[in-house]
Parts: sequence; structure tokens; C-alpha cells
Amino acid sequence: MIHSLFLINCSGDIFLEKHWKSVVSQSVCDYFFEAQEKAIDVENVPPVISTPHHYLISIYRDKIFFVSVIQTEVPPLFVIEFLHRVADTFQDYFGECSETAIKDNVVIVYELLEEMLDNGFPLATESNILKELIKPPTILRSVVNSITGSSNVGDTLPTGQLSNIPWRRAGVKYTNNEAYFDVIEEIDAIIDKSGSTVFAEIQGVIDSCIKLSGMPDLSLSFMNPRLLDDVSFHPCIRFKRWESERVLSFIPPDGNFRLISYRVSSQNLVAIPVYVKHMISFKENTSSGRFDVTIGPKQNMGKTVEGVVMTVHMPKAVLNMNLTATQGSYTFDPVTKVLTWDVGKITPQKLPNLKGIVNLQSGAPKPEENPSLNIQFKIQQLAISGLKVNRLDMYGEKYKPFKGSSFVSDGEQEPKSLSSQNFT
Amino acid sequence: MSGNGLTYSEQGGEAAPELAQEAAPTVTPSTPAAFGLFSSDTKKNEDLKQMLESSKDSAKLDAMKRIVGMIAKGKNASELFPAVVKNVASKNIEIKKLVYVYLMRYAEEQQDLALLSISTFQRALKDPNQLIRASALRVLSSIRVPIIVPIMMLAIKEASSDLSPYVRKNAAHAIQKLYSLDPDQKEMLIEVIEKLLKDRSTLVAGSVVMAFEEVCPDRIDLIHKNYRKLCNLLVDVEEWGQVVIIHMLTRYARTQFVSPWKVMVDEYSENNFYESDEEQKEKDQKLKTTYTMDPDHRLLLRNTKPLLQSRNAAVVMAVAQLYWHLAPKSEAGIVSKSLVRLLRSNREVQYIVLQNIATMSIQRKGMFEPYLKSFYVRSTDPTMIKTLKLEILTNLANEANISTLLREFQTYVKSQDKQFAAATIQAIGRCATNITEVTDTCLNGLVCLLSNRDEIVVAESVVVIKKLLQTQPAHHGEIIKHMAKLLDNITVPVARASILWLIGEYCERVPKIAPDVLRKTAKSFTNEDDLVKLQILNLGAKLYLTNSKQTKLLTQYVLNLGKYDQSYDIRDRTRFIRQLIVPNEKSGALSKYAKKIFLAQKPAPLLESPFKDRDHFQLGTLSHTLNSRATGYLELSDWPEVAPDPSVRNVDVAESAKEWTGILGKPKKEKPTEKFYSESEEEEDESASTSSSGKCLESTAFSLPGKLCLQNCLVHK
Repeated sequence: MIHSLFLINCSGDIFLEKHWKSVVSQSVCDYFFEAQEKAIDVENVPPVISTPHHYLISIYRDKIFFVSVIQTEVPPLFVIEFLHRVADTFQDYFGECSETAIKDNVVIVYELLEEMLDNGFPLATESNILKELIKPPTILRSVVNSITGSSNVGDTLPTGQLSNIPWRRAGVKYTNNEAYFDVIEEIDAIIDKSGSTVFAEIQGVIDSCIKLSGMPDLSLSFMNPRLLDDVSFHPCIRFKRWESERVLSFIPPDGNFRLISYRVSSQNLVAIPVYVKHMISFKENTSSGRFDVTIGPKQNMGKTVEGVVMTVHMPKAVLNMNLTATQGSYTFDPVTKVLTWDVGKITPQKLPNLKGIVNLQSGAPKPEENPSLNIQFKIQQLAISGLKVNRLDMYGEKYKPFKGSSFVSDGEQEPKSLSSQNFT
Repeated sequence: MSGNGLTYSEQGGEAAPELAQEAAPTVTPSTPAAFGLFSSDTKKNEDLKQMLESSKDSAKLDAMKRIVGMIAKGKNASELFPAVVKNVASKNIEIKKLVYVYLMRYAEEQQDLALLSISTFQRALKDPNQLIRASALRVLSSIRVPIIVPIMMLAIKEASSDLSPYVRKNAAHAIQKLYSLDPDQKEMLIEVIEKLLKDRSTLVAGSVVMAFEEVCPDRIDLIHKNYRKLCNLLVDVEEWGQVVIIHMLTRYARTQFVSPWKVMVDEYSENNFYESDEEQKEKDQKLKTTYTMDPDHRLLLRNTKPLLQSRNAAVVMAVAQLYWHLAPKSEAGIVSKSLVRLLRSNREVQYIVLQNIATMSIQRKGMFEPYLKSFYVRSTDPTMIKTLKLEILTNLANEANISTLLREFQTYVKSQDKQFAAATIQAIGRCATNITEVTDTCLNGLVCLLSNRDEIVVAESVVVIKKLLQTQPAHHGEIIKHMAKLLDNITVPVARASILWLIGEYCERVPKIAPDVLRKTAKSFTNEDDLVKLQILNLGAKLYLTNSKQTKLLTQYVLNLGKYDQSYDIRDRTRFIRQLIVPNEKSGALSKYAKKIFLAQKPAPLLESPFKDRDHFQLGTLSHTLNSRATGYLELSDWPEVAPDPSVRNVDVAESAKEWTGILGKPKKEKPTEKFYSESEEEEDESASTSSSGKCLESTAFSLPGKLCLQNCLVHK
């Protein structure tokens, strides 16, 4: 399936190559560079490129292109999903998936790639298994290794590969047994200039951090499971149990993982927790304009809205902006024309405001469209959909674990302008 | 850059070390700097050799790590081969692994030396540790040296009956490697595949199906007996295997079952009957004589459905395409929700999923109509995603939602992303032709856009208006006049050509303007784009035929210009037109019909989706994405008229009982029918069951109990 993999950085250097079948020359990447040149920006490089003898399927992650070379028919999503899994694994092992991290750990990267694919077909992609085969680098271990000459490579087959539960390693032991669940929800809304919601939906994930000894069998139930409209599961979850009782029953992998991701349908009314008042205008023939934006909280059930960041893609004719913010700081990048305003926390007594003058290129026509406002925020301790965890039970092990769950709502208000502006 | 050049020259000369040293000054005529680098490289190689020969493991390990670093960067390390291969028997497992990495990369180039390592692997194949057996098999089969084909064949055969499913999985992978190295081994390999297909371990299933797809995708007969087992194992196979198995089963089902699409009426009763209890089932069966879905067909649909909930986008897509190609039309709708969910994923996943949705939405609008708003474009989407979403929105447009959509499109037209704005105008044009109620509204809207400041927007509008006017032969003199005025300002060739064509085509509706336009363009003829020149010639010809009094001289002037044009296309056209419209003694009967030829009623262009012709490719495949046959694409066959004998899928009693009770966990429901069938088939099946060797059964016994109990708790809890 996957013939070769090339990692390419933003300046177009191929800094790593790996072949699973016979060697494919680097020159195949020229077709990729060609496509990259044609695309306006990195986001627009087509993920699938056809060349005379090969097909190139690529992903772009953390400023690195992962370009895989394919020779025969294969479902493209298969390859894309796998490449993302590779990037996730690097992230997991090195803490970041960057060019330097990969170059510094080139041997581990090679060993990982060797284990993850055999003859181009995925072999072991579960992080629990990989970590048993190849131990992640830690400072302590590298010191020990250099003294004792021992290695990072496990010499036994991870039991997970063979057991019924391929995602969990065996013999896990902790002194403190803990299980944490983070419910993170994102509102995704499009709001028109009059303030009415065009489209809103809530996407959520439950990320878990499970540090439990032995083979715990957990079941997590919700107060209001009907909220969840569409759910996708980690392979560890027993599907039948969810179908019949709406309970998440599973033997968890060890460590951090994403338990489920879900969508709350737009039928349920979504209350958007912030509002924006805006006044952006450009005057004809004066090469300047006014900009005035205020953000305020609304129905947030007594919780504070934090981490508010507003980004605006200003029209191309804008040269620079002279603004004053009553709170937080703003930056305007004259090259990309992006205005970013880092607001921070919103206190209802004093609403954050940003206003000032916009300077336009002289002679340029007045921009026809007002820019759309993109607002991101965070609310701790609140799941905007109202999802509530009922209880977590553990079977199969005797100890009493510490259980915790936290909620974060992330707003991502998408911009949309119906003739003027909107925020998300 | 000199470093780069160096790499290439190094790769070019795969010479032995001393040769390379001698040849270096002459072979690399590049800069002295490059030469300096090169010599230091050979020196480094000497260092590495010494380290590899040292007695300390740590030095060896260090050297191997540096060598792997070189391989990773694409530098040539082949001259170290003899030194590295000596360490293949090293006791240190990490050194060994790195040597394996090296061997797989260079064995093909240094076949003779690679043979030195073979005996080590042969020994390792007998190792009590399954991990070592498996990795020995992996490396042995990855060394692409033709001489060892018989050894590989032997190793694969042995490994395929190994006790450890992990080793058997590796054997399945090795099959593909051996096949690509030596296709003559096909027959023997098929035997091994047949044996491994019977394997009950979920670990093996995905890999062996992959091997099947690569080696003998046409041997459908091998699947029959394993069909039900594969369906039942599917949920527990690892995600990558699931994708491969689902694709294979889709092809299989299309050859074995009759189409569920013909009888629409029955589908609803079909639907309840599987969800309800058994009595209902019997009742239903009595009632129905026309079409009943083969239980095996239903089994496949039922067992793949939970996988729509997978976190892996490829699995979800695979199930979606299975439902699209196999399920009754009324049931295919369940996949839409999951596909829409994938739109929250990375841009690459979105790109592929949107392409597939675009194809689906052309044929069955209803599937995605409820999710219309999920396809609204966001200002942060990359252009390629935006245009795909636009495509889907256009496909989904109907009388009910068109006004909302048009309002949405209005915003898109103003987008700063001009490429996208242009695509939106095309989309408006398509909506206008498809939905007659809004044609006039759209046309008016587009005419307004003609006064837009942005040239690309204007040009695109012109092109679309031209198409719309053609489909609407009503009187649109006003619009044409308006466009004639635009000609002075527009510079985009396609738009100019479109306007000229329109004026020529409807010159009788604008009798005063047309000759004037010709006059103006005749002046600028030499500076125009080829596309525009051709249309000027056309316009001249048409006017000459309808209004020769005013335009005779002008047309002749244009034709003269065309005669000496640089482009042969234009010279050709000029010659052709002159012969046709200016009668002389040589131009025969044809010129009598010149008017009919030029001013014939032209069929209106069809504004169609670019995804219209993609549906003959199986969804979710590379070929579908590229819209051309990829190498190795396996055609999805049409449904057979009459279903082939369904009894070929029956398995003998002992096996089936175990399978149904254990894996499905619904013994009461399914077992009786199973027995009923299999009893009559027992005799025929005996030979098959005995051939699945004793060893294989032993090994399953080892892995099965665990599997079963997990299955049970999955079901019962």
C-alpha cells in the first residue's frame, strides 16, 4: 500500500525518507513541489496528486508535509488517516511533532515507522503497544542507557498484540489510581450582522487520562445521554452496551486518549455565551475608516468567559490600524492583514472595547465587504450543551480510584458576514 | 545546494569504497567545496567501519545509529554493507534491529553480500520467542533477493501454521512481498492464502484479506466459506484491517446477491423484519414472494453498521461506500450523519469526504438535504474545501431551499477569495438552469454583478450570463446591450469572447450595436488574445451574412488581418470563413448554406456538476478521487440477474456452532437455521474442513478462549 514516506519542511527540504518496499527516488517529490507552487498557500495543496508512475498522498501537520508514495489503488482516507496517526505518535513520543524533534530522534522515528508499517500495511498503531516495543525517550533513560548500554527497544512481544484488548498494555501498576475525564465542547456558530444565528452546533470530545492498575473495567454514565446526537468511539468502547443502555462501558488504554467525540444536534437550541457590538465603516475617498468593537457576555450561567481572542481578516486595502484597547492587547500583521486582539477575561462591569482608525492604501477603492469577526473563548466548569456525567463505576479491580471530571467550553465563533460582519 | 548535488553523485556511483576514492576527483567535477565534503565523508565511513568492528556494543550501537541517520536523510551508506552485515547476529537487540533496518534498505543492491545474513534468519525462524520468529520472517521477506525465493516460500508456509497469530499475521504480509518479488509463485501462495483465510484470529484477518486483494482478487471462490466468519469477526479486527475487509466484501456482495434496488415497496417491510423478533420474520416471509434479501447480505449490512461509529475516518468512509453500493436505497441514508461528522476532521479528510458526498448528492439529494447547513462555507476554509462545499450546496438546491441558498451565495460572491467568488457565480448559473422559478432572479443578480469592481467577478458573470441566455432564448436585448458596453473595459479574454459570441449570435436583436462592436474590435484585433480573435472572425462572418451592406468592408478587413496572423488556428479559421461566406467560382454548393451553417439554432450548453461522471468508480477509492482509473483498481461488478447458489457459504456444523454461539452471542436465534442448512452440506464440506490442517486448529484453540470471553462480555454486559 504505502510505498515510501518523505517528510518535507516548509522551505522544501526533504529531511527524512523511509521506504517500505524498493527505493523510490526523491525526484518523485518534484511533482509535489510543482503542485505546492501552484497552490496559493499550504492549505490548498491538493492531498492527492497523480504522477506518471505513482500517486502522492500528503498531509500537512505542524509545518511539515508528510508525503506518501502509493503505487496502486488504495482508499485515500486510509493513507491520510494513517499519516495523521504517525504524526500523533511523534507528538506523543517527543512532545511535539516538529522538524527538530524528528531530526533529534531520527533513530526512534525510524524504529517507529518500521513497527507501524510492514510492507506498506499498518502493523501496530496503538500507542500502548508501540510504547512497549520502543520506549519513548526521557532524560533519565538516555542517561541510564549511555551508562549501561541498554536500549530503548523492548525484547518481548507486547502482550497487547495478542491479548483480547490490543489497546491496553499488561501489568500496569500505579500507587495512586486516578481517572480523569475532560469534557471539552466547542460551539461552532455562524451569526449574521443583525445578531441572529444562521447555524450553530456543538461538537464535544471527552479526553481521558486513566492511570489505573491492572485491568479495570469502567462504565461511565450520563444524566442526559440523549443529548448526544452522533458519537464516535475509541475502539475500547462496547458498542452494544451503548446501543441498549446508553452507558459507556470499556476497558481503557493506559494513559491519555480520546474516549469519544460527539455532536449535539442543532435542533437543541444553542445559547451563544457572548455577543459582539461592532461598527466598522470605511469612508469613500478618504483612505481611512473607523473600527469599534465591544464584546460582552450573555447567558453564561454565572461562569466567567475567559481566554477571549478575536481575529479579523481585514481587507487587502488596509495598510495599518491605530487602535486602543480598554483591555488586553492587539496586533495587526500588515502582511497577512490579520488583526488579533487578545482580550483575556470578560468582566460584565467593564466590557472590553477596541476602537480606532483604519488606514487604507491611498487611491484604493473602498473595500466592499466588511470583514467577519472570529471570536474564540473558553468557559471553565461548564459544558455548554448541558451534558452531565452521572457516575463512573469500576469493576474487575479492588482498589478505589480517584475520579475527576472537568468541563471546558471552547467557543469558536465562525465568522460570517451577510453584507456586514458577524462573529462566531 | 552543493550538498544536494553531492548526494546525487554519491548515489550514482555505487562503486566499491576504493573505487569511489579514486574516482572522486574526476567524477565530481563540481566545486572544490563539494570535493572536500566528499572526502570527509569517506573518512567518516572509515570511522564508522572501525566502530562497527569494535568489541563494544555501545560503539557499535552508536555507529548504527549514525548510519540509520544517514539512511533517513537519503544519503548513500551502501559501502558500509560488509561491515554492517557482520553484526546481524549481534546479541544486543537494538543493534540487531538497526541492522535489520539497514538490510531492508540495501540488500537489493548488494545481493551477494546479503546472502551472508540468511542463515541467521533461518535460525531465528525457529526461535522459541514469537517476536523473534516474526521479525526474522519480516526481514527475510523484505530482502528483495530473487535467489532466496525458495527459502522465503518455505518460511512462509511454516509460519502460516505457527502457533502464534502474530507470526501468522506476518506470514500474511510476507505473501505480498514474495508475490511482488516473484509472481511465478502465485499458485503456491494462493494455497497459503486459502489456509490463512480460515484462520479465526482477528489479528490475521485483515492482513490475509490484504494479501488476497493483492495476489488473487479474482478468486472469489476462496471467500465463500469464510464470508460469514469475516462478517462476524469484523467488529473486532483492527481498524486498518476493517477497511480492507469491507472493501473486499463490497466487491464480493455485488457478485453474489441480487439487487435490492429493484423493488422499492418491499424495503420497508425488510427493514422491520430484521429488527423485530422471529415470529414477525416468518410472517413476513410468507407474505413476500417477490424479493427477500439474502440473509447473508443482511448479515453484512447489520455487522458493518456499528463501524459507522469508528473514530477512524477511513473505516467510516468504507462503511458508507458499502451502504451506498449494497444497501436498499431507503437504508443508505443512515450513513449521511456519520459522513457529516467527518467534516469536523482535518482538511485532508474533509477534502476526500466532501468529494464523495458531492458524488452521492447528485444521485440521491434526499440523503444530505437535512444537513444543508453543515455545508455552509466558513471564511477560514481553504479554497479547495470551499469550492467542494459550494458544489454540494448547488447539488442540493431545490425549490424549497433555493432562496436561502441564494442569499448565502450572495455573501460568497463578496468573498475576498476571488477564485471562490468566481466558482460561486458558476454555481448561481447552475441553480438558475436547474430551478426554473429562480432563473430570472438569478439572471438579474448576475447582471448586477456586471457592475462589480472586480474584473474576475465581472468576467465570470459574463460567461455565465452567456450560458443562461442561450438556455433562455427569450428576448434579452437589454442585457446584450449592457454587455456590449462592457466590452470597452473588460480585459479578461474568456469574457470578451463570450460577449462577442453573444452579439454575433443574437445580432438581429441588436442590429445597431453589432456593426459598431465589430468596428471597435477590428481596430484592436491585432492585440487581442487568440480566443477573442476567433470570436471577432465569427462575429464578422455572422454580420456579413445578415447585414452585408454595413459590414462587408469591415469583415473583409478583419479577414485580411486574420490571414496573416501568427497563429495557424486563426489563419485556418480565416480561410475557412472566407471560402464559406464570400462566394466565388471555386466555392461549391456549400456557400449557399453559409447562413444556415452559421446561424443555426445551437443547443444550449448543459450546466452540469463536474462530479456527474464519477459515479462509475467505487466510492472512497483513489480512482474516484482522481476521476481516472488508478493502477490496480478493481471494478465493482453489476448485480447478477439471478443470485448464485447461496449454499456455498455454508460451513459444517461443528465450526458454525462455535462461531454463532461464541461470536454473535445469539445462539437461540441463529443456530437452528444454520444447522438446518449445514446438515445437508456436511458431506461436501468434510473435505474442506479436513484440509484446514490440524496445526491451524491447535493454534486457534490457543487464541480463541480469550477471544470468546471478550466477545461474550461485549454482548452481554
